[in-house]
Amino acid sequence: MRSLRAGKPTYVVLGVFTLGSLFPLVWTAVAASRNNTRLAQTPPPFWFGGNLGHNLSVAWTDANMGAALLNTVIVAGTITAGTVLFSTLAGFAFAKLRFRGRRPLMALVVATMLVPPQLSVVPLYMLIAELSWTDRLQAVVLPALVGAFGVFFMRQYLVHALPFELVEAARTDGASSWRVVWHVVFPAARPAMAVLGMLTFVMAWNDFFWPIVALTQNGSPTVQVALTGLGRGYIPDQSVIMAGALLGTLPLLLVFLVFGRQIVGGIMQGAVKG
Amino acid sequence: MTDETAVLAPSAAGSERPAAEGGDRRQLWRSRRYRWDLRWSPYGFVAPFFLFFAAFGLFPLLYTGWAALHQVELTDPDAMTWVGLRNFTRLWDDAFFWNALRNTFTIGLLSTVPQLAIALGLAHLLNYKMRGSAFFRVAVLTPYATSVAAATLVFVLLFGRDYGMVNWVLSTVGFGPVDWQNGPFASQVAVSTIVVWRWTGYNALIYLAAMQAVSADLYESAELDGASRWQQFVHVTVPSLRPTIFFTCVVSTIGATQLFGEPLLFNGGAGATGGSDHQFQTLGLYLYEQGWVNLHLGRASAIAWAMFLILLLIAGLARLLRRVSR
Repeated sequence: MRSLRAGKPTYVVLGVFTLGSLFPLVWTAVAASRNNTRLAQTPPPFWFGGNLGHNLSVAWTDANMGAALLNTVIVAGTITAGTVLFSTLAGFAFAKLRFRGRRPLMALVVATMLVPPQLSVVPLYMLIAELSWTDRLQAVVLPALVGAFGVFFMRQYLVHALPFELVEAARTDGASSWRVVWHVVFPAARPAMAVLGMLTFVMAWNDFFWPIVALTQNGSPTVQVALTGLGRGYIPDQSVIMAGALLGTLPLLLVFLVFGRQIVGGIMQGAVKG
Repeated sequence: MTDETAVLAPSAAGSERPAAEGGDRRQLWRSRRYRWDLRWSPYGFVAPFFLFFAAFGLFPLLYTGWAALHQVELTDPDAMTWVGLRNFTRLWDDAFFWNALRNTFTIGLLSTVPQLAIALGLAHLLNYKMRGSAFFRVAVLTPYATSVAAATLVFVLLFGRDYGMVNWVLSTVGFGPVDWQNGPFASQVAVSTIVVWRWTGYNALIYLAAMQAVSADLYESAELDGASRWQQFVHVTVPSLRPTIFFTCVVSTIGATQLFGEPLLFNGGAGATGGSDHQFQTLGLYLYEQGWVNLHLGRASAIAWAMFLILLLIAGLARLLRRVSR
């Protein structure tokens, strides 16, 4: 890597980018703290007003944000747990175990990444309608419980992070495959599992297309579906809409505040090896 | 555990039986179990992925093709009437389909090209040694943590015609207000802006990772040859990043063909039409409108297949381009 030092212009330009990245988020809070009348004036408000608490409580009750947030936590949590567990198992098998059909199966995993989700949305809807799962959370959880990206990510990591000798040693000691997974693979994979978990959680939290097809605002919506209701003008007050948007984004921003560096590292790691 | 006790039990009960025989049988059983485990547990590890994929990925994928050949209504998905290729021929004569295809193309271009170009420059800056580099990286990635819904709702306000911040800034520097929601081109620019905002930082990090893998020797020799920083960027960095650039182009193109949430929510109260005059309706949105607003699941399936064919076409073109450029 080069060790060129950044000059002042670099800091200035990066500062501008940082502002551009953060401004819409900060302004969501600004707009959420005002009222509709103030938002319909020029120039638009640049600083916080005193209406935040009121708007948040209106959004909370009218758009049912409490229930929506709980639904989203359940959905994103289950998807994350499933994806991390199943991806680690499959990734380990593809990275370190020999079995017939390994190569074609791995090729199939990669190929599934290229298929657009729109292509399966109609039959998927017919399927969950058949099972009477519309507006039930399992309709959103089950199709997202495994993902090709996760398998690919864990395989790439374990190829390097888990020495064959370690697996062999455990085998020589008479450990079964499941014991090997528990005592050798999981500890070795933990950093990658954490990163995959965070990436999956962000994606599951923000997922939009399928939840809006499978769930309704009046049933058991995720936060994203509830926000659609706000945006469609069931509640015409713009500052309340912004309060809702803030409620839906805040939990992830907190995750980002705490784990931001690890998420950055995970994306960069996935990129190089991918 | 239960296997072990089952094997041990007889030798403990029948005391006349020689201990060695029990040991042999135990050994035999163990090695058989060991081989069985070695042979089959890999399949156990990959099974969950393939089971879920078969149920929620492969089956729907194939069934879409079947549904596209039928008339199916959302209100009664079980009643399917065979109509052959009629869904596809209707699509061919459908002005809204071509409109959506055109919009998807222009919005895709308007979002992908600036997004990747800015990301490349941003990555170059992030690659310098500096204070607070971790902060800058997290900061430019933050939009990635924002959902389509939340982001679009904010941008609707920022792009408001009468009181929006963007028009206010434009008017203070002497430009007239732009109708970001109804102007055919302006609305597409606005929708693209949301995409660019959300994904530029993400792509910048991918480029940054690739840049850090470029060998320092290349830069040193370029410097010895008297190349300026800009020349180094153009002649060393960009060529070394070519595979990564190709990869991000593919991913962004796939993302652009599926654009859905931004145009859906940019449209105030009107829903899936993509603006009062369909001016920013994308293919993804048109599919949703046909299936879940007009209740024609068969036609929606046909649109899904059309989208897939377009993707294949693009992939084919990309391969061709790659071979030519080599």
